[in-house]
Amino acid sequence: MSFFGLDCVRKRERELERKLRANDREFNLSFKYATNAIKTSKYNLFTFLPLNLFEQFQRIANAYFLFLLVLQVIPQISSLSWFTTVVPLVLVLTVTAAKDATDDINRHRSDNQVNNRKVQVLIDRKLRSEKWMNVQVGDIIKLENNQFVTADILLLSSSEPLNLVYIETAELDGETNLKVKQALPVTGDLGDDVEKLADFNGEVLCEPPNNRLDRFKGALTCDGQKHPLDNEKVLLRGCTLRNTEWCFGLVLFGGPETKLMQNCGKSTFKRTSIDRLMNVLVLCIFVFLGFMCTILAAGNSVWENNQGSNFTVFLPRQDGNSAAFTAFLTFWSYVIILNTLVPISLYVSVEIIRLGNSFYIDWDRKMYYARSDTPAEARTTTLNEELGQIKYIFSDKTGTLTQNIMTFNKCSINGKCYGDVFDYTGQRIEITEHTERVDFSFNPLSDPRFVFHDHALVEAVKLQSPEVQAFFRLLGLCHTVMAEEKREGELHYQAQSPDEGALVTAARNFGFVFRSRTPDSICIVEMGQQRSYELLAILDFNNVRKRMSVIVRSPEGKLCLYCKGADTIIYERLHPSCSKLMDVTTEHLNEFAGEGLRTLVLAYKDLEEEYFTQWQRRHHEASTTLDDREARLDQLYEEIETGLMLLGATAIEDKLQDGVPQTIEQLSKADIKIWVLTGDKQETAENIGYSCNLLREEMNDVFIISGNSPEDVREELRHARTSMKPDAADTEPMPGRTLGKGVKVIADEAVNGEYGLVINGPSLAYALERRMELDFLRTACMCKSVICCRVTPLQKAQVVQLVKKYKQVVTLAIGDGANDVSMIKEAHIGVGISGQEGMQAVLSSDYTFAQFRFLQRLLLVHGRWSYLRMCKFLSYFFYKNFTFTFVHFWFAFFCGFSAQTVYDEWFITLYNLMYTALPVLGMSLFDQDVNDAWSFQHPQLYVPGQLNLYFNKKAFFKCALHSCYSSMVLFFVPYAAMQDTVRDDGKDVADYQSFALLTQTCLMFTVSIQLGLEMWYWTAVNTFFVLGSLAMYFAVTFTMYSNGLFLILPSAFPFIGTARNSLNQPNIWLTILLTSTLCILPVVTYRFLLIQLCPTINNQVMFKVRQAKASPPPLPRRARIRRTSSRRSGYAFSHAQGYGDLVTSGRFLRRPAMSRSAAFTHVGRATGFSPMGRSAGYSPTGRPQNAKAPDVEVTSLQMYRTINDPAL
Amino acid sequence: MGKAKVKPGPLGRRPDNSAFKQQRLPAWSPMLTANSVLPFFYVMAVICMVLGVWLLLTVQSTQEIKVDYTDAGTCNVCLEMRKNVSNAAKSCSCTVRFEIQKAFKGDVFFYYGLRNFHQNLRRYMDSRDDGQLVGKKANLKNPSSYCEPFSKDPSGLPVAPCGAVANSMFNDSFSLTYHGSSGLTAAVPLLRRGITWYTDKNIKFHNPKIDNLTLPQVFEGTAKPLYWQRPVYQFEPLDPNNNGFINDDLIVWMREAAFPNFKKLYGILNRTNKPFKNGLPAGNYSVEISYNFPVQYFQGRKGVVLTTLTWFGGQNYFLPIAYLVTSGLILLVAVVLTVVWWKFGKNGNNMQE
Repeated sequence: MSFFGLDCVRKRERELERKLRANDREFNLSFKYATNAIKTSKYNLFTFLPLNLFEQFQRIANAYFLFLLVLQVIPQISSLSWFTTVVPLVLVLTVTAAKDATDDINRHRSDNQVNNRKVQVLIDRKLRSEKWMNVQVGDIIKLENNQFVTADILLLSSSEPLNLVYIETAELDGETNLKVKQALPVTGDLGDDVEKLADFNGEVLCEPPNNRLDRFKGALTCDGQKHPLDNEKVLLRGCTLRNTEWCFGLVLFGGPETKLMQNCGKSTFKRTSIDRLMNVLVLCIFVFLGFMCTILAAGNSVWENNQGSNFTVFLPRQDGNSAAFTAFLTFWSYVIILNTLVPISLYVSVEIIRLGNSFYIDWDRKMYYARSDTPAEARTTTLNEELGQIKYIFSDKTGTLTQNIMTFNKCSINGKCYGDVFDYTGQRIEITEHTERVDFSFNPLSDPRFVFHDHALVEAVKLQSPEVQAFFRLLGLCHTVMAEEKREGELHYQAQSPDEGALVTAARNFGFVFRSRTPDSICIVEMGQQRSYELLAILDFNNVRKRMSVIVRSPEGKLCLYCKGADTIIYERLHPSCSKLMDVTTEHLNEFAGEGLRTLVLAYKDLEEEYFTQWQRRHHEASTTLDDREARLDQLYEEIETGLMLLGATAIEDKLQDGVPQTIEQLSKADIKIWVLTGDKQETAENIGYSCNLLREEMNDVFIISGNSPEDVREELRHARTSMKPDAADTEPMPGRTLGKGVKVIADEAVNGEYGLVINGPSLAYALERRMELDFLRTACMCKSVICCRVTPLQKAQVVQLVKKYKQVVTLAIGDGANDVSMIKEAHIGVGISGQEGMQAVLSSDYTFAQFRFLQRLLLVHGRWSYLRMCKFLSYFFYKNFTFTFVHFWFAFFCGFSAQTVYDEWFITLYNLMYTALPVLGMSLFDQDVNDAWSFQHPQLYVPGQLNLYFNKKAFFKCALHSCYSSMVLFFVPYAAMQDTVRDDGKDVADYQSFALLTQTCLMFTVSIQLGLEMWYWTAVNTFFVLGSLAMYFAVTFTMYSNGLFLILPSAFPFIGTARNSLNQPNIWLTILLTSTLCILPVVTYRFLLIQLCPTINNQVMFKVRQAKASPPPLPRRARIRRTSSRRSGYAFSHAQGYGDLVTSGRFLRRPAMSRSAAFTHVGRATGFSPMGRSAGYSPTGRPQNAKAPDVEVTSLQMYRTINDPAL
Repeated sequence: MGKAKVKPGPLGRRPDNSAFKQQRLPAWSPMLTANSVLPFFYVMAVICMVLGVWLLLTVQSTQEIKVDYTDAGTCNVCLEMRKNVSNAAKSCSCTVRFEIQKAFKGDVFFYYGLRNFHQNLRRYMDSRDDGQLVGKKANLKNPSSYCEPFSKDPSGLPVAPCGAVANSMFNDSFSLTYHGSSGLTAAVPLLRRGITWYTDKNIKFHNPKIDNLTLPQVFEGTAKPLYWQRPVYQFEPLDPNNNGFINDDLIVWMREAAFPNFKKLYGILNRTNKPFKNGLPAGNYSVEISYNFPVQYFQGRKGVVLTTLTWFGGQNYFLPIAYLVTSGLILLVAVVLTVVWWKFGKNGNNMQE
């Protein structure tokens, strides 16, 4: 947000209450509410330069270089010409400014685009098309179907019955199922009558702007009457109007004050651990720099006292400074000279490397999902190397591990199981793409996307078997799905949970088509015959009941209760006569559950008219009482839902995404711990855990924590710990290193065997309490995988936070929905699965791609390489600069500590920018130890990253020592070789300029060869960069030392002729050879010994690759092992309360005063709405997977490609 | 991120399948294996050995004699005299004798050497004006501020050449005499030209040119450096190619030495006449020194060096010995590495996970 935007927010915080009046601009203007224009850009043409420079100099590195620059213009101190600092600094500032400018131009563009959208506003009693930015608080606006909501508005009236509107809130909270909002009746009466609306002068008093999406408080005063306003009556900016022809609304908050804008505050700036390490190192370097400068200054003081005072005859002290003051000046001079320890190009190069490695992610074809045309995207370009260090993955389940596509897979009707396909020998056949599908063409209303393979069921339906018919009738009646029929026969279901959608669709295809509903009737087409059932009651689903029932009267007048629910619940309420059927069905249920299917048991009960009338009366009474209504209703429901007759069971497959089990196996081989945090119920979560390989049968134990009190939970956790590691029960956690704020780092505890942990919602709440969090963390971290069920978004973040707090590890959170946003933002790295639900998760994530299985490529290939490259870059970069700089230190002892540089100033300027920039960049962009296929084959290669082995303080120290050695060689060998030496014609070669050239040439050769030793992957580009840089060094040097440049600027290019006169001397080249040899040989020796004596995993795999000399054979696809377990599956219901309340509520019966013939469900509008996402995901194709791309027709070719994708 | 160009069609956003973008560029991945490292070490050892021996022989073939004359012979009188600043203008000469036991064959080079003279102090090195020395008229009359405090003389005239470097120019002069065994005494002829880099003499240093004016006229309005006895245009008034800024001695001096102990070329033996046709014959020699340059201020020493040269330059034993030592070290390391490899890595056992 802009500074101004923030200012606005701050100013508004003082607003305690918002008061506005409809259609009264003058009144509203007096409050100076923000208009609807938004501004996310930072600069304009004039403020760009000062603001941007100001921001850039806030970065410590830039400020430091500015400080150096100031030092350099003080002539007494200046030991280097100003250009040595200015050239790099200007370059860096320009590049950054250019990047900021393009970003800001883009923001301007998008701001303009949004601000210039058109909306109809009621001005001067007329509807006028206005730009969004001109809309003001208090205006009445008209929205049409599929339009974005302009601002936060109070819904006044709509085209729909009961003044309902449907909105999609995907952009706001990521949920794609439609939400219903309803206007107040008093405003609803205004309808679309412009005159009436223009006369409307209601006054709204409401809360000030805030960022709570789920809450709104206010009151509307109109005609002297006060009406309370709540969230149900407010449409928020960012939503989309769906299924609603038009609606009118009163603008409450505009532009920056809308809840959307208030919510998109600056996301926390994430930094990688390498960043933090680098900051520490840079601080260390500063300290070290100060230390060196102090030594040199002291040396200068001594020298000045002993010798310099005698030399004053030839070189008087400046302005008669004393020796002590000279030493002081020398200190700063040396600060300037030795500043190359932390060159400015370090930061720039790091950014370039990260950017490059991010592009690789964007470009990766193997992370491109053809079905939704979604490539992977690195939204953050600064976190790459962290991807190579992940230790914990926190994953959402729905939409991330699973496709969130429910398919009606099997069923058991009256003791007979349907859904499996057998060949003629009675052997069960694996169902594949090619298995023959059931032909539903007999049913004109069938859903073409529904796939079923068992012909027996269709036959049973066609044979009019009463049980089968009852079974599907139940599925067609007992639900809260809404139907929409755009054209005759083209049905769209709007379901709250995909499970329900799948069941109703199944019924539809088997000839029991749910067609429409009114508040008191359900219309289904039974085997081609339209029948209308009177809906008498919906006994809605909730978490405790775990079932739902409807009571309907058939056209024949028969009363019937249909019930579906969790097996355990229904079984308790069955009529004793069903016991035999129950046994058979239980067997089937176990079978279903063993295959990881979600099951549901169906039952029915015929009711007697008399009893029902009486029940209904009591029900009515109960529902109108005020106190204890819930309990009384529950009791009534309990009473009527007894003695049920069992019909059968359904089995729905919650389809896993492709390659999820393999991915999880790979990741766990890479020693990454995966925690699944899901909002699902324990049973469901556990099931998915098994089916995606997270929990395995061969695990030593899977602990289930489901305590109902803190003590229980603690006891269970302790018990789990004892059984994993008998001596770990009561001991204090191993004291690891203490972090800054007194928080201890908990060390990993080794256990024998593999364990899993499942913890349910309430227990997790206890476990996350401060006094138990350590217990929980220790236990959980000892397990291989952890599943947390019934987790709220906040808890997701808390879990991540907990691990972050006590474990010094890198965490990654992956999810697709709005409920994952908190954990995505909390984790070190957030990954969003794109193209499934709304954009919220994607928008707050750092990396996005379309399929969970791409995660292994992101981590094991891209992450690992990025980390490897970054570490190599850093250690080499520090080496090359330390070596470069330390030579000055040694020279100081020979030049009277006078801050004379060893090298030519141009060399100092260009060393980091030109001579050595490209080779090291080339290495950091192209290097790889082994290729991607081998990386997959050896996931252990990932482990060094987690342990932070490639670059740490020790490595840094080593590389400083190495530099120290190299710089000594680089200084003393040329020194000794040049001492007393002359050219072969007797002329000077031991002069300062020749020595400078010799040393810098030695340095160039040494660092180039050293780079060659670092590099594992010599592409043509690398080779070109390395050789090219050396060539460039000579080319530039000869140019700098040429006659022409000298004659133009004699004082800037005083090295004229040095290259020509000294580089033709054999002893110069012999010195270079000796220096390089002495610098390199110890390194080769050390590395060779390391490889021989204690080879790293990298060495081992690289050795194997060398031996194989060919790319590895493709990974054998492991056949999915079917789990043969008796674990009972979960049941298929939506998580939230259904529409039932709405469907049956009295509100329905109160028709709006306006004459609207259209019944609630019979609206055949051409709204162009198609159900999306979680709400209707019962079919695998045909719905836009990605909001960005319009409907993608999936060609057969594509399907083929996707399936044969060799990425896994 | 850059805007991805979106192609139409169902796979519009699919990334290109180029080797670069998919990180499949063909590459050479070297590894430090025994097959490459061990031979390399042995080869390097041999190379260093050969180089070392060769260089040692080369260096041993050069001859060199160094004579420190700071207070040797009669020079201690002059040294004492120079200690008193008031005597700065007085001339003093002294003679130092030395003996060459073996004739110096070939070209012989005559150097003067200074010890502990810091030509490499930052402010000293900067204290010169290359613009002035290359003959820019503007700089002649208005020397660079780097020359302070030697840019203007007390009367305010600009100094030419300005700065501390020029000001402290070495101003002893030498004449070498050969005392043959037969009592023959001959002055050793020294060529005092061609002792500078070609680039220095012809490009870096130029006298300012004004048409129709002689050198003294050009330098009119400038002052000589404080410590000089003569102005710059009187180095060798008869030879316009060795006078003013392009005087060889000045140019040699102005090429600042990298370290406090250095020697600078003074002259080359002129081998046209006997007995110097083959170099310097063995025998006694004396150098007569016009002793001007004060070294007592910086506790320095000065001396003369006579040496012959090879392609390798002067007599510096460092490189040959360093190569021999390095060769030995490499050989030792190579043996150790071979043993280690033989014991641990020969069959790739160490590579098993």
